[in-house]
Amino acid sequence: MAELFWLMAGGAALIWVLVLGTAFYATRVRPRPHGEHVGRMLILGGGVAFPLVVLTSLLIYGLALMPELRAPGDGLKIRVSGEQWWWRVAYYRPGSDAPVHAANELRLPLGQRVELELDSPDVIHSLWIPPLAGKVDMIPGRTTRLVLEPTRTGTFRGVCAEFCGASHALMAFMVEVMEPEAFAAWLESEAAPARPAKDALARQGADLFLELGCGACHTVRGTEARGPVGPDLTHVGSRLSLAAGIMPNEPDAFARWIAEAEEIKPGSRMPSFNMLPARELDALAAWLESLQ
Amino acid sequence: MNEAPAGHDPDMERRRGQEKRLRAAWATPRGWRYWSAVNNTEVGVWYTATSFAFMLFAGVLGLLIRVQLAVPDNDFMTGPFYNQVFTLHGTVMMFLFAVPIFEAVAITIMPQMLAARDLPFPRLSAFGYWCFLIGGVFVCGSIFFGAAPDGGWFMYPPLSTDPEQAGIGADIWLLGLSFIEVASIAAAVELIVGTLKCRPPGMRINMIPLYAWYILVVGVMIVFAFPPLIAGDILFEMERMFDWPFFDPRRGGDPLLWQHLFWIFGHPEVYIIFLPAIAVVAMIVPTFAQRPIFGYSWIVLAAVGTGFLSFGLWVHHMFATGLPAVSLGFFSAASQAVAIPTGVQIFVFIATLLLGRVVSSTPMLFVWGTLAVFVLGGLTGVMVALAPFDWQVHDSHFIVAHLHYTLIGGGLFPIVAGIYYFFPLVSGKKLSDRLGKWVFWLMFLGFNIAFLPMHVSGLRGMPRRVFSYPEGLGLENLNLVSTIGAFIFAAGFVLLVLDVVRPRRGQPYADTNPWNAGTLEWLIEMPGESWGVRSVPQISSRYPLWEQEGLARQVAEGRCYLPDAEEGRRETLITTTIDALPVQCLRVPGPTFITLWAAAFTGGVFVFATFHWWFATLVSGILGAGAILRWLWTGTAEIPEKPAKDIGLGVTLPLYMSGPRSVGWWAMFITMMGDMAAFASLIFGYFFYWTIHPDFPPPDQPDPSAGWLGLGLVLLLGAWWLTVRARGRNAAGSPGALRGALALGAVLATAGSAALIAAAWLPGLDPTSHVYPAIVWILLIWTAVHGILGVVMQLYCIAGSVAGRLTPRYDIDIWNVTLFWHFMALTAFLTVAVLALFPMAV
Repeated sequence: MAELFWLMAGGAALIWVLVLGTAFYATRVRPRPHGEHVGRMLILGGGVAFPLVVLTSLLIYGLALMPELRAPGDGLKIRVSGEQWWWRVAYYRPGSDAPVHAANELRLPLGQRVELELDSPDVIHSLWIPPLAGKVDMIPGRTTRLVLEPTRTGTFRGVCAEFCGASHALMAFMVEVMEPEAFAAWLESEAAPARPAKDALARQGADLFLELGCGACHTVRGTEARGPVGPDLTHVGSRLSLAAGIMPNEPDAFARWIAEAEEIKPGSRMPSFNMLPARELDALAAWLESLQ
Repeated sequence: MNEAPAGHDPDMERRRGQEKRLRAAWATPRGWRYWSAVNNTEVGVWYTATSFAFMLFAGVLGLLIRVQLAVPDNDFMTGPFYNQVFTLHGTVMMFLFAVPIFEAVAITIMPQMLAARDLPFPRLSAFGYWCFLIGGVFVCGSIFFGAAPDGGWFMYPPLSTDPEQAGIGADIWLLGLSFIEVASIAAAVELIVGTLKCRPPGMRINMIPLYAWYILVVGVMIVFAFPPLIAGDILFEMERMFDWPFFDPRRGGDPLLWQHLFWIFGHPEVYIIFLPAIAVVAMIVPTFAQRPIFGYSWIVLAAVGTGFLSFGLWVHHMFATGLPAVSLGFFSAASQAVAIPTGVQIFVFIATLLLGRVVSSTPMLFVWGTLAVFVLGGLTGVMVALAPFDWQVHDSHFIVAHLHYTLIGGGLFPIVAGIYYFFPLVSGKKLSDRLGKWVFWLMFLGFNIAFLPMHVSGLRGMPRRVFSYPEGLGLENLNLVSTIGAFIFAAGFVLLVLDVVRPRRGQPYADTNPWNAGTLEWLIEMPGESWGVRSVPQISSRYPLWEQEGLARQVAEGRCYLPDAEEGRRETLITTTIDALPVQCLRVPGPTFITLWAAAFTGGVFVFATFHWWFATLVSGILGAGAILRWLWTGTAEIPEKPAKDIGLGVTLPLYMSGPRSVGWWAMFITMMGDMAAFASLIFGYFFYWTIHPDFPPPDQPDPSAGWLGLGLVLLLGAWWLTVRARGRNAAGSPGALRGALALGAVLATAGSAALIAAAWLPGLDPTSHVYPAIVWILLIWTAVHGILGVVMQLYCIAGSVAGRLTPRYDIDIWNVTLFWHFMALTAFLTVAVLALFPMAV
């Protein structure tokens, strides 16, 4: 892909210089009178023959890349659903029926061809991880596909590329490419239910979470919170970012998000719980942060 | 006007008398009546000024965008307001500037270029202008109430069909722009007929100025490209207002249908902007190379080819929607192929410059800017035409850069070149060359500083349409530089506007033909008279002012055709389409307010419907229809006081023509082609749903009644046959038969339209339950509304016959109505064939 880009960029620069150079020669360098055959050569050569050859070869070269980019995956499937303005993620391991639910983050094993099934329940989104692959739209009523084959480990940032409403700019996510063993271990722990809260503050936060009705929208596996509307929070404390890639994963950010969700992300379905006293926000944040 | 002092020269007296009568016939109304003017010299200038004003407005919105993005995490604007700003920026630039400016410039200079006194339907131009103004103010004004559309200029559903997320702004977009699109189509019809029928005698089709060729191509493109969008708008608005699920996947709809219809319009649209701008370059280059264009046939073929290919590229806007690889390959190839005719045009310019002796000038400076900027945009266009590369940069700032390079390089720079070049035609004076250099360098450098970095920010992952971006992604400096460039670019515009509006009382008038150009628009005296050309010359070359010696003098002395207005009427010549043989002296109507009223009430229909004020909508609709009928009745198909007129040089031409030789018939034909394009888009919708559903029509939905459909078709075909008969019998000298046949035809047409509605009503098709009944209903309503329109036309002809303005000899109206009914019969046949037979076939 990068090779294609540099080839085209270099070619484009060269052609630009040639065309403008010819025009400059024609107007500024007082040329000796040219016969009409020169003009005819220019139109036929520059306007027809040259582009015909260049474009045909470029087309063949470029389209030959396509089958490879679209070849099927080899095992792991991930279903990603773009929702206003976050990402619902489910990992389907080969040989296992039960998906592992997560949100707002993708973890990928190095060197495997992972197939992403993309859709959306609300409006059109588009999943784009600039360093890894091109983008594919997520269209209500359709399922689209994207195959990723990461070639190096690391953390990358992905975004929604299709304008999707008020907070389109605030719909990002992090991608972590891991060694296959590390990935397997991570997926194992991600599949497990939430760990019980350890300290008193976090326990208080867990109780508050249920009392305030957060469980109507969010699921925390292993608790009574089974809401299907918002992101699954079972292991939210272990994610690389908050609120779909727009805030750091820190207790303060949790508290701020809970209190000001509607201000931070206009149009968001998460209400602002700004009536909560700071102490309660801290308790909620402590518990969510502990969901590793 | 070289007015010699000799008082007794009979020839001079003849000329003075002619000029006095011409001046009186073509006089521009004074005082408040000035706004009733319909002549191209006034309407064209209003049109140009208004679209330029909309451009400046949208430019300010563009600057707001750049301010917001200057630094990361900026809170200069809220996200929702930013979304309104960028939506309106794109919408206004596309619909209220790029397309209208071409129509505006064409209306202003085309008649001069063809040595015509005016275009064939001046009142239609005026009507189009008022529609444009009303619709444009309505759409732009919305942002001051925080109610502007905010779904992007492409308005993708389901975001924009959701009443909670897309408020009234979406309706303003749909209805306001539909209204303006109608005006654009009207202007296109006018310009096509103007090019085909209003040329000077002898200007055969292979001698037309290149500008007119381009306008012809673009006019045809508009007629076929805008209707699919109007069809899409209808589906869209039906979903928003009445919950018909065209784009709702839960009830069988599909958001991608909108994308297809939008881009079937949207990609030709790009060339609708580009070609007329390049047309200006095609006039400027020969003038400053001081030689005829080299490769006339090549460039004409290239323009036609570009227009043709542009209809086969739309899917490259949808490469990321997961289409099959075959489609991607095909549309990648087609998108690259369009580079070839584009390249031919560029090289024709370069070859012309090479073979000529180039004179430096301000317009040429902007032509240079066009080449430098547009070629780069074209090259990135070739890159994004490749699907695998497009997946990477699609919807990123790389595309923002690409599209601005093509539209500003291929649209704006040529238009500014044209402003400098054609300004003397309008005001009789030149713009400042010294300021022009400043304007150019501010614009050229500012533009590149603003948009070149966006290629990089896009490649680094900055998506489009974001109101903020976080720190630390390597985007800060690039965006800051872009913002600085945008303001330098804007400074160029400020300087240009200052130069255009500054008082220039002390400045002397330019010489006649100040650039020593070769084409007919430069016959005009400085300052120009509102009659346009003093007399209409016989043409025998592509560059008559260079190649036909003494032409300017003969024209100015009134020694060519139509040098006089003996009856005090506005007249222009109509010639044949291919050979430009003079066939008619057409009388064109003069000033009137009726077009303003017609536009105001038609606009009222769209504006009131936006707010769901149905009663006001209805009243406005009735008044609008009344105004249009009155306009037709009083301003068209006028029976002349004598059958023919001497137009000078021993040629006598008829004053009235009907049928395929008349301009009205051509206008109806072209309009109906557009109408059929919209209808075809609805049919396309029907079959599109069939392709995406395993069983379509769905088994649990009732089909429309085949019996009622068949009855409706028979009745409508009967009405068609009676209309055809009415014309024939009338021409044979029997107006009574015409009235009888049309009266019966009107009854049949009404009954047929009702039968079509019954075909969906009686089986209980519920259009809100599923997309199948919805698309059936739309097709039936479309056909029935056309049937009723046909009834109005039939009644209009009966009234005309009774009032004596439609006679066996003077029968334009019934010819045109018959033509409408040919298309009506085809529409009815296709609708019934699809709706009745297709469910049986699958």
